Amino acid sequence: MTAAISNLSLHASDWWTIGTAAVCGVACGVPGVYLVLRRMSMLGDAISHAILPGLAAAFLFFGTRDVLAMLAGAMATGMLTAWLSAGVARLGKVPEDAAMGVVFTSLFALGVLLITLGSRNVDLDPGCVLYGLIDAVALDTRDVLGVAVPRSFLILSVFAVLNVSLVGVFYKELKIVSFDSALASALGFRSGVVHYTLLAMIAATCVASFEAVGSILVVAMLIVPGATAYLLTDRLSRMLVIAAVVACVAAFAGHLLALATGAAVAGAVSVALGGLFAGAALFSPRYGVVARALRRAALALRIRREDALANLYRAHEGRAAETRRAPGLLDHVAAWALRRQGLVVAKDGVSALTDAGLARARTLIRSHRLWETYLAERVGLPADHLHDPAHRVEHFITDELRGELAGDVGTDVDPQGREIPPDRRAEGEP
Amino acid sequence: MPHAQPEAPAIEVHDLTVAYHRKPVLWDVDTAIPRGRLVAVVGPNGAGKSTLLKAVLGLVPLASGWVQVFGRDLRDARSLVAYVPQRESVDWDFPVSALDVVTMGRYGRLGWIRRPARSDTEAALASLDQVGMKAFAHRQISQLSGGQQQRVFIARALVQDAALYLMDEPFAGVDAATERAIVELLRAMRAQGRTVVAVHHDLQSVPDYFDYVVMLNMRLVAAGPVASVFTRENLQKTYGGRLTLLDEAAEAVRKA
Repeated sequence: MTAAISNLSLHASDWWTIGTAAVCGVACGVPGVYLVLRRMSMLGDAISHAILPGLAAAFLFFGTRDVLAMLAGAMATGMLTAWLSAGVARLGKVPEDAAMGVVFTSLFALGVLLITLGSRNVDLDPGCVLYGLIDAVALDTRDVLGVAVPRSFLILSVFAVLNVSLVGVFYKELKIVSFDSALASALGFRSGVVHYTLLAMIAATCVASFEAVGSILVVAMLIVPGATAYLLTDRLSRMLVIAAVVACVAAFAGHLLALATGAAVAGAVSVALGGLFAGAALFSPRYGVVARALRRAALALRIRREDALANLYRAHEGRAAETRRAPGLLDHVAAWALRRQGLVVAKDGVSALTDAGLARARTLIRSHRLWETYLAERVGLPADHLHDPAHRVEHFITDELRGELAGDVGTDVDPQGREIPPDRRAEGEP
Repeated sequence: MPHAQPEAPAIEVHDLTVAYHRKPVLWDVDTAIPRGRLVAVVGPNGAGKSTLLKAVLGLVPLASGWVQVFGRDLRDARSLVAYVPQRESVDWDFPVSALDVVTMGRYGRLGWIRRPARSDTEAALASLDQVGMKAFAHRQISQLSGGQQQRVFIARALVQDAALYLMDEPFAGVDAATERAIVELLRAMRAQGRTVVAVHHDLQSVPDYFDYVVMLNMRLVAAGPVASVFTRENLQKTYGGRLTLLDEAAEAVRKA
């Protein structure tokens, strides 16, 4: 496929397709961030389906496919979905997600019925609403300053600018209502107004996007950029920017995918979005699967290194090592790392602590024995239940905690009568 | 401190009944809470303690009765009231920092659209400092411990510079150091003439921390200075089982 892509040359019509998908993504993805944060992603799905009867009803009522009529109809049913779902849930017996499921599927089916009835004698194609015409955006253009610009691109650009501006202007209100709507109400902000304004924006954007990209991509563009951005940052402002960037990248990558495979653009862009999300889930620096695995591995290695140091210290004290297990791969890596760090040297085939190693080991043993003493004195655990908990906790005791423990137990001998090594400030790195 | 009607009590509640799904959870509560007190609201689970706070804040519809704050309708007194909700009421994974959350306390005076200015950020930082959390200002809030999260919530209320503070279980799930810090703050607030009304669960500490108590169990059992009202007899009335007829009547209203 790489070869296929490198052989492609992008024509103007390709760039219009990419641009249309990108502005659609920004228009949907930016307000979509709030759906993700408010755990209302299903509502995006619901609204995007439930506007279908609005489109059909507006057409049957006004007898025109005029954009404004379509918008009015769709916004009405979009809001109706949110309002009906909340109403059905308030009946008390139906959980909120089930209420939404009932409302939007019923409305969607009603829409299909209306379209079928209405399209007997007019040209209203359900396929267009479901799958969109993005592959052919460049066929329907308007002249703007001498350039033939696709109609869909124009409309969606207006929505992208409008939505980004609204989110910018009401950033503070959206933030407080999404985070703590009770506080927002107590401060005099009308949470309901902000909530339904957001939903109206989303419903209107869905309608505008339907013709161009179809309902599958609309739902993906509402939720996936926000969900991806959520994995990559924990600042709201950055999350909004990242969501917009993700949408644009997916538009570009998706179109290339479509060109290379001959698949429909809307589907390919949705796949690209899924790929970007998967990439973030795997490689996000803080929340990614890989980063987590690396952190766990680093911790496991540190624990093995520290266990080895502690055992060498006990040997140095003339005591037997306290943990006996067959050394595994990780232990060999730990031993190698200790030698590399200059904490341990091999003398005549036997490992011995260097001065730096001794200092580190002393701190560990100090933590271990302080904790044992604390457990015996304060928690009242019997003597044969002290070692294992201390063995687990010793790796996590900070300087500060160690100081507090020392102050609390006020002794320098542990419950087994061994010396608690004193705190020496000449310790190497912490 | 914002202006308040002279002489009027901090909160006056008249014949207040609140219902969820038509089922009353607070019956005919009638009381006045004086100013400048630290007030504990106590009662068993489901007694309507949080609901009372929410009713004062206008967050729940009233089935009957009215509430006044400093002798005024709540709509005219919002700037006088600060609210510390239960910690579990918000999503701590929300992508904001401790400083962002505290700055929200200034949104009320900013009104619609206006952005927080440098002075708002400075006020928020000062208030984080007051609760010993300045060093954590730029931490994302999920990285804070329970006690630290509670301190952030309290800093957010402090930055509102209100006359009346309504706190829903400010001591729930906090460490001992945070509990001490909060008590110190509450006392300082009282010394400045502010009124604090807090839902409180630990009956033992009521006489230490508070000087006024409201005892609820779906209805008002007693309200007054801790010394005279927080008695064994009243505690028994509050915790010694509900008035079963209230429960039955509530059911009857719901079913009707």
